[in-house]
This record gives sequence, structure tokens and C-alpha cells, in this order.
Amino acid sequence: MRDTTQTHIVGTPALRKEGIGKVTGGARYIDDMALPGMWHGATVRSNIARGIIKDIRFGAGIAWDEFVIVTAKDIPGENCIPLIVDHDQPVLVESQVNHPEEPVVLLAHPDKARLHEAVAAVEINYEPLPAVFTIEESERQKTIVWGEDNVIKRFLVEKGDVDSAWQRAAHIVTGEYHTGAQEQLYIENNGVIADWSEADGLTIRGSMQCPYYIHKALLRVFDLPAEKVRVIQAETGGAFGGKEDYPSMIAAHAGLLSKKAGRPVKIIYDREEDLAATTKRHPSRTRYRTAVDGNGRLLAMDIQVDLDGGAYATVTPTVLSRATIHAAGPYCCENIRIRSHAWATNLPPHGAFRGFGSPQTIFGIERHMDQIAKAAGISPEEVRRRNFLAPGKTTATGQEIRDVIDLPGMLDRALKVSDYEAKHLRFARENATSSPIKRGIGVASFMHGAGFTGSGERYLNSLVGLEADATGHVTVLVSSTEFGQGTNTMLSQVAAEALGLSCEDISVAQPDTQRVPNSGPTVASRTTMIVGRLVQDAAHALADILRGKNLLGEIFSVTEFRAACAAYTERFGALRAEVRYQAPKDIFWDDVAYKGEAYPAFAWAIYVAEVAVDTRTYSTQVVNFYALQEVGRVINPLLATGQIEGGVAQGIGYALYEKVVWKNGRMSNNQMTNYIMPTAVDVPNIEVYFEEMPCEHGPCGAKGLGELPHDGPAPAILNAIQNATGINFTSIPLLPEDMYLRMAETPEPDAKETAGCV
Amino acid sequence: MRSNASQYELIAPGSLDSVLALLAAEPDAWTPMAGGTELMVALGAGRLEQHKLVSLWGIDELRQITANDDWLSIGAGATFTDIRQNAIVAKDFPLLARAASWTGAIANQNRGTLGGNIVNASPAADSPPVLLVYEAEIELVSAQGRRRMPYSEFHLGYKRTVLRPQELVKAVHLPRGRHLPVEYLRKVGTRNALAISKVALACVGAMQSGKVSTVRIAAASLRETPARLSATEAALLGHALTPERIQAARKALLQEVKPIDDIRSTANYRAHVAANLLEEFLEQMTASNSKTRS
Amino acid sequence: MSAAKMHWPEIRFKVNGSERSVSVPPMKRLLDVLREDLELTGVKEGCGEGECGSCSVLLDGVLVNSCLVPALQASGCEVLTVEGLATNGALAHIQQKFLELGGTQCGICTPGMMLAAESLLKNNPKPDLDEIREGLAGNLCRCTGYMRIIDAVRHASQKPLLAEEQAEIDAVRR
Repeated sequence: MRDTTQTHIVGTPALRKEGIGKVTGGARYIDDMALPGMWHGATVRSNIARGIIKDIRFGAGIAWDEFVIVTAKDIPGENCIPLIVDHDQPVLVESQVNHPEEPVVLLAHPDKARLHEAVAAVEINYEPLPAVFTIEESERQKTIVWGEDNVIKRFLVEKGDVDSAWQRAAHIVTGEYHTGAQEQLYIENNGVIADWSEADGLTIRGSMQCPYYIHKALLRVFDLPAEKVRVIQAETGGAFGGKEDYPSMIAAHAGLLSKKAGRPVKIIYDREEDLAATTKRHPSRTRYRTAVDGNGRLLAMDIQVDLDGGAYATVTPTVLSRATIHAAGPYCCENIRIRSHAWATNLPPHGAFRGFGSPQTIFGIERHMDQIAKAAGISPEEVRRRNFLAPGKTTATGQEIRDVIDLPGMLDRALKVSDYEAKHLRFARENATSSPIKRGIGVASFMHGAGFTGSGERYLNSLVGLEADATGHVTVLVSSTEFGQGTNTMLSQVAAEALGLSCEDISVAQPDTQRVPNSGPTVASRTTMIVGRLVQDAAHALADILRGKNLLGEIFSVTEFRAACAAYTERFGALRAEVRYQAPKDIFWDDVAYKGEAYPAFAWAIYVAEVAVDTRTYSTQVVNFYALQEVGRVINPLLATGQIEGGVAQGIGYALYEKVVWKNGRMSNNQMTNYIMPTAVDVPNIEVYFEEMPCEHGPCGAKGLGELPHDGPAPAILNAIQNATGINFTSIPLLPEDMYLRMAETPEPDAKETAGCV
Repeated sequence: MRSNASQYELIAPGSLDSVLALLAAEPDAWTPMAGGTELMVALGAGRLEQHKLVSLWGIDELRQITANDDWLSIGAGATFTDIRQNAIVAKDFPLLARAASWTGAIANQNRGTLGGNIVNASPAADSPPVLLVYEAEIELVSAQGRRRMPYSEFHLGYKRTVLRPQELVKAVHLPRGRHLPVEYLRKVGTRNALAISKVALACVGAMQSGKVSTVRIAAASLRETPARLSATEAALLGHALTPERIQAARKALLQEVKPIDDIRSTANYRAHVAANLLEEFLEQMTASNSKTRS
Repeated sequence: MSAAKMHWPEIRFKVNGSERSVSVPPMKRLLDVLREDLELTGVKEGCGEGECGSCSVLLDGVLVNSCLVPALQASGCEVLTVEGLATNGALAHIQQKFLELGGTQCGICTPGMMLAAESLLKNNPKPDLDEIREGLAGNLCRCTGYMRIIDAVRHASQKPLLAEEQAEIDAVRR
């Protein structure tokens, strides 16, 4: 296949590859599995935020000799989960606890029902230390909880000359925006089965996004050579980033228990534990100071980005990186400064969640653009139109836009399909009446970089394999995982398209580090663009191998392909092609100055949210939602639409419902009844529109879209609420209680004095 | 799952009499369980302290919904789905059908029972305010006999009721023929479905000659029990609904409620929203007044 | 040394059309009986508190959260799990629609969701959009945003003409 615009399988709603198992109940998630002789494991966790362990007592009433007990002393290798900052996060606490729910002791027992009682019977006594729980407390640097200064990471991006722009400004607009922690809330909790044997080493099966991350971590924890650790992904019930790095921890735990017990051990978290102990989206505070001219054009942006990283670094440096790079939005500005910091606190470490820093700063910039519009006396859509990036313009890091992108055109289409102008007028009219329902419509425009930042993909050095057997059945060999987003189906379509086969002729091998090469983690909206492209290339390479033996012509039919495979395998044995990632020649990135081409490609989007605010209950309903995005090429319209709809629903939760209530560093609302995600009655109709400008990097021109849809909803919704109520809410989640506080700022004097309230 | 199921007993004697006999013979030993939608949550969370449970599920005698000219009697074992699907409830007591439809979601409604909900005595429960404004009576039964009282007398304090250890709720009786022209129910939850109430207001009333002739107002999550707001009612009864009167009623409500800050909401929000819901009801009363006049 | 196994009285019930009997503590959750004793792992645990609906089954034809039903109360009842939807290997209509219309992504909510859909359509064969949403309100899905699921249920209820169905499936991009 040479012509990227004419496709037969790419671009069709091919059925989900593993769908039959999912609708019959036959799909096997980790808790559906058991190994012979398997025991169950559980974790004893700290109940303070910071302190030194004085002693650990194993209480009366438990037959402790029936249990396998593991502490940090049992770790054969290094007591750390290496990720970006080494020797930071321990597998088990040795002496100092740095966050609530930090793992201290592991227990295993044959009878799962006996574990919770035993966990409760382990008493840990601490000498408490002062702790910090917010960005503000950490940045005061009165209590140092990490490194020298609580700063896990900092970045400085400078473009042009910000400081001299203020005097030329017609308006200087400042704003401060806050986003809260958010739980990924995959419906399948974290779980793993570890199987240790002296002969084979450690085998891990579990719910995960990145088998090779786990593999790498366990080599260190268990001091094993690469061939003695094997990681296999089980069917995974949702992840969204929450199973990017956390599984290394639970795998290490199960592995330690398995090693000591001499038998397989399964650890499955229940919802309360998963909510309280595992990673959340980084809370953020962004500050914008912007100079605009008399036409509302950006002259300068001085931006501060601060994230709460929690107690250990984990993925925080990269989250901060993405937050930083996306902080200036899809706008043209010659003078930009972005100063960003990730602060350590004594909360469980924050981690990856769809968007990975960009929902936080896109919230900031998109809310801020509406304030700029107001100051400049122009409409929100007009201020965007006047400032959009265009081909030839550069981003905050100086990346020149080469996409033939037409953001004003996209804006026009988004406004048209949402009937924006007419609604805007109608709402203004209706809101002036005495009805308690105030309606509003709001816009957000944004971009999302696909793939790892800068030199990240080069560092990942992804490798992909493609095998064909004697019948011509092709197997894709990647470590990229399926967890609902469509990896298996998309890769099958790409491979089938490239070889002129059908999807039924393609299988995707179960990600098993013993079998598949490391195609990198399944994160960063890279799977379609980077890994899909490698699969496409590997398919071409496979055909070239056959051509090299004169078994296949330039163009070939399915029958010819099958015959060629039969002939090749008979004569030469295994038929396999491997392709390694090659960084595009024209991508330049300076990691020190943080300048250059941050991403090989961006997806672009305009989202419109329509809301109804009930001023009696201070609650906001999203009534309609319109999501328009340019993604290069849609490999599978059904799956792609599902990704956008699901991301928008999560964004709605982020804006209006999902609040983590912290008490002394611990999530106190760690039950599904109290951590509120939208139900089918809360999510509105979502209209999804795709535009395609094929990108040279991806398969058939595709870019990434997995995270994009979580970037736009929150600011679009709060912009709509401002349109409805006239109030600039700057913090999410925006709960009715928050809206009430602001809107009832002048309550009846009697109410405050005489209400029988606590 | 934080409990060991083998440490719990559950028996199902199968008839009302046998359950009552058991409760009489071993007072305080056995905890009745109907649909289990509360107790099984506690079991899963590792906080079910009662280890001996007696099942009321499947006892038909407790699940009947019957009616005569004067009363609609809802058996304590009637599920919220039973209540929703009952024709007389839908016609004569529509607020109860609505409250039932807002209790959890369908799977919870299929198992949750009115009696279980009442005995659990959460101040946030959806049906009790409706039962209060419909002036329901509650019938309790034990091996010794029966007693019946206004439902308004059932709750004593936070999760404390008049129910004696050997007693079960037998039925809730709703008086028929007292239909009032204005009926209002609104629940404010954490989301549109599957939500525990932050505040809910149930109101019924009538206007006559431009004045409030009857009004009954009850609330969830505004006091430590489901409660009639009698001071608010008093501020309205016999008065025309002028703007001043409405403000006075708001003030009375704000003075008589005692909401709390908790994991779901704040006291001030609850109180203020309740006052807004009251106003919404009073708007409907005013509208009904103009209808009857024309 | 494992805990001594007590002898629990047998509980008999019908599961997916077959008579089954288990010897389990009466307070064992039906969810655990189905998953552990009967190896019907299609029934999932998402929250253990009756909120997410992943454990939904039909108990005597009625939708319940099996994490909240003690085994004893299922005695003599008929249980339908996702494993009982297909007949002789042929997918049920609702399963086919979920597959064709993108109603399943990660799949963990799918068994419970389809049973909620079955329950809805049994009681209300032609639900409107609001009724579909209400019928699914007790089943949480984190992946789909519910749109494709609602579409799958709508299609399952309508049994439209084949050509019309195909056109709708192909026209997902508007």
C-alpha cells in the first residue's frame, strides 16, 4: 500500500478484536485467574503522612505462623522503584514514612478471607514528623520533605522578551487558576499474580499499561537478569494512566510475597484501597499575566505553573514538562516565559492520568483567554481567532507549525455545528428573565502533542515485530497494551491495510516480555502514531523480505501473500520483520534550554460546551457538548468516536463532579459512593466531529488522540458557566457548594446569623 | 471484601411469626435483614458488627401493598420497585413513587425495602420526608402484639428510633382521600442519579381565599432525623403569599434547620438550598391559587 | 495450615438454566459464590458497595447487585449472568449490538451493563433516550461516556432493518 489516502480497512469501523470475549464474559482479567497453589496477599500501610517508624507489632488473636510476612529487609535487590529520579520511592518503607497509605508490611495467606483481619492487627508506631499537604505549604519551604528544597522538578521556557512588553500593552490581564486531584477510577482495580520459581525467576501477570516498565523495575528490586523476569499483561479493565507506573509497585509486592512463600501470590486491591493508595492526577495552580494590544492580540505571556507531585517523584518531571509546554495554548505570541515547578508534598505520589499535565494548564490558558476577551471588549471566540497559531508560526518552545492547520476554519465549523451564535443570543435574552435556570455556551481551543516530548521517543527506541506463519496469518508483536482504547484493533487494521489482508488475518500477540519486543509504554497518545507507524513499516519490511526471496511481487494478492509465506517458512524457517524507531531528521530538541520541536505532531481541537446553571441549587448541567478535532487520520471511526466521548465524560467529571477530599494527606472519600463520577443520566449528548490532515509521521497519516479529549471539556464548561452567570470561576472541581459560596456572597443577613448551622 | 463471611450467621425462618418468635426468644441477638442493601455494604467494608442475622426476604406477608377506602398499606418488605410499580401509589401518592425512583438506582430499588430504609434511619433517606407530609402511620409488630403510631413519632434522634429489639416494622399506612392540590418534591444529590441526598424537601399544600389553608413541609438531611419543618409551616399557615411572607418563611426555615458539614456537602449550602426549594414550592402554591381563582 | 473447612448447609439455585448447589456460608456474597464456587468470572467486582453495577446479575428476572445479595437469599432462585446470555454459542441480540456499535471498550462494565440493558428492555421494550439513560444509571462506565452504550441499547430495542442498521453503524462520524 503506497497511497495513504485510499484505504480499505483503515478508516472503517472494524469490530473490536477482543470484543467477543468482552461481551460473553470470557475475557480473563487478572482476578479471574488463579494459579495452582496460589495464596493471596495484602498490604499493611501507614496511617500517618510523615514520620519515623518506631516499631511494628503483630497483634494477638492472629495465627501469624500461617502467614508469610514480608518487610523491606526481605528485598533481595534495591528497595526502590526506579522511574525518572532514582532511589526515590521505596518498595516498602524502611524507616521513614512520607505519605499516608505508604506500604510497610506485606502479608500472604491461603485464605483470602483471613487477610483483612491480619492487616488490621499489625500495629505500627511512629514518631510523627511535620508534613505538608498543598503546593502553598510546600513552596513556603518551612518544612522540607523532599530533596533540598521540595522541588521535584523545575522548568524555564523563554521566548522573546517578556519584560519589555508590558509598557506597550493596552491591557494587562492576570489570573490564577486551580485544578484538584482526580482519580482515574478504572472500573477494574489494580491487581497482579506473581509466580516465583528458583529455576525460571519471577513471572508477573496483571492489569497494566507497560509490561516493560514493570520488567525494568523488578530487575532492580530482585537483582535478576533480564531473562529471569517475565511480565504478561492480562485483559485490563481500564487504565487512563493509573496503571502506567503503579503496577511496578504492586508487582514488586506480589513478587516479594511469592518469593518468600515459594508459591504464586495474587494481590487484588479493593476499591477503598485503590482509591486511597494509588496515584491521582496532579493538582495544579497556574498563574497568567498577559499583555495584549488594543486588538486583543497577545504581546506577552508570563506564566507560572505549579504542580503538587505528592511524596515521591515518579512520573512528575514528565508531567510538569507537558504541562509547561502546553501552558501557552494554541496561540501565537512572540514573548513567552513559563516558570514551572513540581512541589513535593506528603500525599501519595501523584501520577499519570489522561492528559498528563495538559488538562491542568489548558484549563488555565483557556479560562484566561476568556478574561482577556472581556478586558479587550471582544468575544471569546474572536480573541481566539485573532491569536491562533498558523503554519509558519512558532509555539512557546519555538516549534514551527508545519501542519497545514486552519484553526479559524475549525472554529467556524465548531461554532456552526453547535449553533453557537444563535444560542448565545437566545441565552442572553432568556437569562435576563426571572427564570432560575441560566444558560451559557463556552468554547475551548487547544492542541495536544502526540508521542513523548522532545528526545523521549529517541530514548524509548521502540522496537516492533511482525511474524507470519505458513498460512499467511500475521502476528503483531508489540508491548503496547489494549485496555479499551483500541490498540489491538487499530494495529490489526494498520497491518491488514499495509499487506492487503483482512483484519481476521492479523493477530496481536498478548504482551508478554518473553515474546514481544519493547515498543515503549502505552502512554502519551503515541500508540497509533509511533507504534502504529512502526507496525506499518514492519508490514512493508515483511513484504520486502518475501520480495527479497523473489516470492512476492511489487503488488500482490492475498493468495499470493499466503503462498509466499508458505514457501518462505518451508525453505527458510521463521518469517519475521523487526523495525526500530528512527527519529525524524528534522526534529530538534534542546533538553537544557527547553526549546525546539517538543512533539513530532499535534492534534488540534475546538470544543463547545452548553450548560444550564440552576441558581436555586447552584448545580450545573452540561446540556450539550460538541467536540471537533483534527487528528491526522481516523483509523477506526467507531473506536475513535468512543475515545473522544469517553474523554469528554472524564473531563466533565473533572470540571463538575470529581473531588478528592483530603484529610491529613489521605483521601477521605475513598468509596465510589462519595467520589462522584458521572452516570448515564449526567453525561449529555456528545457530538463528535473529525477532521483529517494526514501527518507524515503516523500510519496512513494518523496522529494521537487518546488524551486530547480530556484537555478541553473543563475550560469549555467553565467558560460556559461564566457566560451563563457572569461569574469567573477559576477553580475545579466546581461543585454546587463552591458556586453557592460565590453567588450567595451577599446572603440575607438573617441567614448567616440565625441559621442553626454548624 | 473486608469481612470473613464464615464468621456470620444468616438464617431464614421464612415466616413473620417465626421471625418474631426468634426475636422474642433471643432479644438483641439477631439483626433483621431485608434486601441487604445497607448491611451487605457494611459487610463488604468490614464494619458489619452484628454477626447474627435473620432474613426477612421472601416473607410475602411483609411485602404486600394493599388498599381500602381509607388507607394504602405498604408492607415493610415492599421494595422501592414494588412501590414505583404500584398503581395506587402512582395515582394517589405520586411523591412516594418519585422518591422511590430516586433511591439509588434500579438494582438497589429492586432489593431495597421501605422498612429497611426506615429502620436504617439515615437522615438523608429519600422516602421519609414524603411519608411525613403524607401523614403516614407506621405499624410495628412483635410476638407481644402490634402498635401503630404516626410516622412522625418513629425517629427519636440520629439513627435512634422507637423500635424495640424484638420488634419489626410491619407496614407503613398512608391515609387516602387527603389529596392536596399542590405536591412538591425535590432532591438535591451529588449527581442526577445514584446519589445520596444532600438536601431534599417534600411539601404538600393548598390555598383558600388567597391564603395558605394547609401546608406540610418535611426535609431530609436538615436535621438528625427526617423532620417536619413545623416552624416554617407555622410561618405560612393562614397567610397570603406576599413577598414579605415568603421571606419570613425562608427565615423560619433557616432558623429551624440544623444541617451539618459532611463529606458530601456543607451546612450552609444545605440550608440555603432548602430555603430556595421552599420558594420554589411557594411559587407553585401561588400558581395554584391563581388557577383556582380563574 | 489452612482454616478448617466448616460444613455449610447446601444452597440450591438455578444459574443460567442449570441446577446448581453450593455449600457456602449463608452470608457469602452471591458475587463471590458465582465467581469462586461456580467459576462464572464474567460477573465482576468493581466496588463492593453496590455503586458501580459491574456485579449486576438477574435474580428471578430482576436486576440486582450481586455484591449485596447474601447467598442464602438466592436460595431457590434463578440467576442469569453474562455467561447465560448467548444460546448455543450464538450471541444474544444485546451482545451483538454492544460488539457492533462500540458499546464495549475495556469490557469490565460490559457484563453488568448488558444485563441492565436486558432488564430494561424486558420491562420497557421501546424505551426513549431518557428511559435508556435511567435504566443504565446504576452501571458506571469510565471508558465510553455512555454514548455508544446508549446507541447499542437503542439498536437492540428497535430491531431495525438490516440496511438501516448498517447505515447507522457506518455513519458514526457525522
